[in-house]
Amino acid sequence: MATKVNQQRRKLLIGSVAAGVAGAAVASIHDGELGAPPQTIRGAVPWKEGAADSPPGASGSGYRYFTATEAEFIEAAVARLIPNDSVGPGAVEANVPFFLDRQLAGPYGRGDHYYLGGPWPKGTPEQGYQSRFSPAQLYRAAVAAVDKYVAANLGAAAFAKLAAADQDKTLKGLESGDIKLEGGVDAKSFFTMLLQNTKEGYFSDPIYGGNKDMGAWKMIGFPGAHYNYKDWVSRHGEPVPFPPVGFKGRPGWTEG
Amino acid sequence: MATTLQPVDAVLVGFGWTGAIMGQQLCDAGLNVVALERGPWRDTPTDFATGFAQDELRYMWRHHLFQNVSDDTITIRNKIDQEALPMRRLGSFLLGTGVGSGGVHWNGQIWRFLPTDFLTKSHNEKRYGKKAVSDYDMTLQDWGVTYDELEPHYDQFDKLCGTSGKAGNIRGRIQPGGNPFEGPRANEFPNPPMAQTYGPTLFGKAAAELGRHPFPHPTGNMSQAYTNPLGAQMGACTYCGFCEKFGCGNYSKASPQTTVLPYLLQKSNFTLKTESEVLRVDLTPDKKRATGVTYVNSAGEEFFQPAEMVILSAFVLQNVRLLLLSGIGKPYDPKSGEGVVGKHYAYQTMSSVNVFFDDKILNPFIGAGALATVIDDFNGDNFDHGGLGFIGGAYIAGMITGGRPIEMIYTPQGVPSWGMEWKHAAAKNYLRSFSLSVHGSCMSARGNYLDLDPTYRDVHGRPMLRMTFDFTQNDHKMSDYLTDRAAEIAKAMNPREIKPNRRSGSWSVTPYQTTHNTGGAIMGDNPKNSVVNKYLQSWDVPNLFSMGSGAFPQNAGYNPTGTVAALAYHAADAIKSQYLKAPGPLVRA
Repeated sequence: MATKVNQQRRKLLIGSVAAGVAGAAVASIHDGELGAPPQTIRGAVPWKEGAADSPPGASGSGYRYFTATEAEFIEAAVARLIPNDSVGPGAVEANVPFFLDRQLAGPYGRGDHYYLGGPWPKGTPEQGYQSRFSPAQLYRAAVAAVDKYVAANLGAAAFAKLAAADQDKTLKGLESGDIKLEGGVDAKSFFTMLLQNTKEGYFSDPIYGGNKDMGAWKMIGFPGAHYNYKDWVSRHGEPVPFPPVGFKGRPGWTEG
Repeated sequence: MATTLQPVDAVLVGFGWTGAIMGQQLCDAGLNVVALERGPWRDTPTDFATGFAQDELRYMWRHHLFQNVSDDTITIRNKIDQEALPMRRLGSFLLGTGVGSGGVHWNGQIWRFLPTDFLTKSHNEKRYGKKAVSDYDMTLQDWGVTYDELEPHYDQFDKLCGTSGKAGNIRGRIQPGGNPFEGPRANEFPNPPMAQTYGPTLFGKAAAELGRHPFPHPTGNMSQAYTNPLGAQMGACTYCGFCEKFGCGNYSKASPQTTVLPYLLQKSNFTLKTESEVLRVDLTPDKKRATGVTYVNSAGEEFFQPAEMVILSAFVLQNVRLLLLSGIGKPYDPKSGEGVVGKHYAYQTMSSVNVFFDDKILNPFIGAGALATVIDDFNGDNFDHGGLGFIGGAYIAGMITGGRPIEMIYTPQGVPSWGMEWKHAAAKNYLRSFSLSVHGSCMSARGNYLDLDPTYRDVHGRPMLRMTFDFTQNDHKMSDYLTDRAAEIAKAMNPREIKPNRRSGSWSVTPYQTTHNTGGAIMGDNPKNSVVNKYLQSWDVPNLFSMGSGAFPQNAGYNPTGTVAALAYHAADAIKSQYLKAPGPLVRA
């Protein structure tokens, strides 16, 4: 639906550009994706009012992409990748499953920045990701394949039902590629993606739905989206006392 | 069917650093210039404002400012006998797109190559013998241009960018606090060096104790407010730690946007068209002259832009591909060694050493793109390679570009990459660790080259570019030796522990290394060994110039942008002073 709207809008915009309006007041499709309208720029740096390319945060609650079964798997898996304790939040406590869901429901999940054309030989490890699956497709296929592996080899109904030690063992088997999955799923590719995305959700700005209360930033001492450290450059070895701040500010500052 | 447009004096294919420099130079000479950029318009207040620029997920990991490979990528393999497969996602290098291109999301590390770097073959052969330059299938060449010829143009770029640094050699006089190994400069840097944070300071101290010669990294991040010769104003850097992979929201990083565009876009003889991708260079039937370029815009409309001069100012991979697609020059054949287009593709040989303290808080989030203390004692031929079995070298930098936590958490040797142990190591070490970067040269070799892929095609139906590359044994030996030198400095800093990350195994497309791809459209002193002459002018099609790091016959141990810019200014100078008066070959074959 969004694509259709964009295409219609693009046609309108192209009309104004083709008419030779320099620096025309056109709103680019500011999402970094392909196919913003062509512009002819001459005579001045173009200024577009109200056209800032602000970040696309996550919204709503509950899962949009994951099925109930997939959600159970993801919650169980990320809890082992980054477990919870008093040192800092676990991935579940940091809301990483929600982050993953919104990422997979959006442009990233669709593989908007992946080349997915064929043919699709497996390739060498040095040739990197070689799959026809977009990230969202890979998650869907992999979760089902891992659950199938668990049922066939470990006697549990699903990965989420395994004891923590067996979950770790299974994750290690995916990481090393020792576990072979059915359905054309490369276990290592899936594990690499899941771990990377989990760390992304844990440490990215809270607007994307993870890093709840900036707990991961607090744990390591990263002050977040600070803009100016000039006063601290030469204060070698001193702890910087700023509490973390995100794009939307921080609790107690922007609220109330 | 393409619509034919009004002819122009010059068409620029791609609008990053070299497009901006050539646009400014040629428009000032009175030429009517059109620049075609395949990506979108971008500018500081709308596209990377300080309110949202510090976004690691969006820019680094979701590639917001990078080339979108979904409809056009390259294919990759390590060796000639392998099947090349598409680079399905950016990793090892982060290609730019859009106005400013890589000049928007670079770090601002501004280097000059050493005088001997331009004489890689003859200098090393003279000092170390024939074997040293031909071992491991290396195919080295001199550049056909010298440091002295480029010096005024390095200087031009420093003034454009407001490079912050400390000269080490002014007209032959060694300067305290600078790099004593650098080629002579006519002038001091336009701006003083940046203030160093704790990590780089500790590195400099330890390096000096070992008898090395530390100095502040030259940088396009402003140490103070600066107005450049074009009247563009930049602000002092705030050390926010989001430079490389990000646009600067503070007008503190030199980019085409901050240094050239405010001036160039006011000129009535300059036009910039975005979302316009050049498909090929069109030639006369005898293939000796370019008539213009054919491009398609994001609306699918196709145009023929006639031009007296065609300047390929896209990134090296696109420039080389356009030469191959347009039938300009003889493609290189690695088996026979015949042909020139695509040969000598090279890269950058990177390694690092992580350093972990217990007692020192480094605050790694206070950073800037080129915030580092560096030693150049083991770069190029700054040291005796006798008996070492390799040529070339690297700079070693105690560098903190930022502390972006998805990318830049270092954990000690043996710590797994996930689980409770990883989390505890991350929590313990984040504030107390940093990394020494070993930024090594990469020599050209017979089997490393670029050509057109036989299988994969882009959205326009054109063959993708195929990259065949692996590091040579020369580069592995160099990198091991240099990583050991970095580890010595790391240990001299008295940390709790260190972790060297060596350059081992074949080149992989996955982990980020650098976007310092070079060669394929190399320069030289005659048409048999090169694609372009010392003025970046095509030997075959004299009204075509190919900019960028594609001209490097092999890559030195420095970031390429300074040399890329100097070569562009050098070319512009020759075009203005010689070519425009008598269009034709600037060097007789």
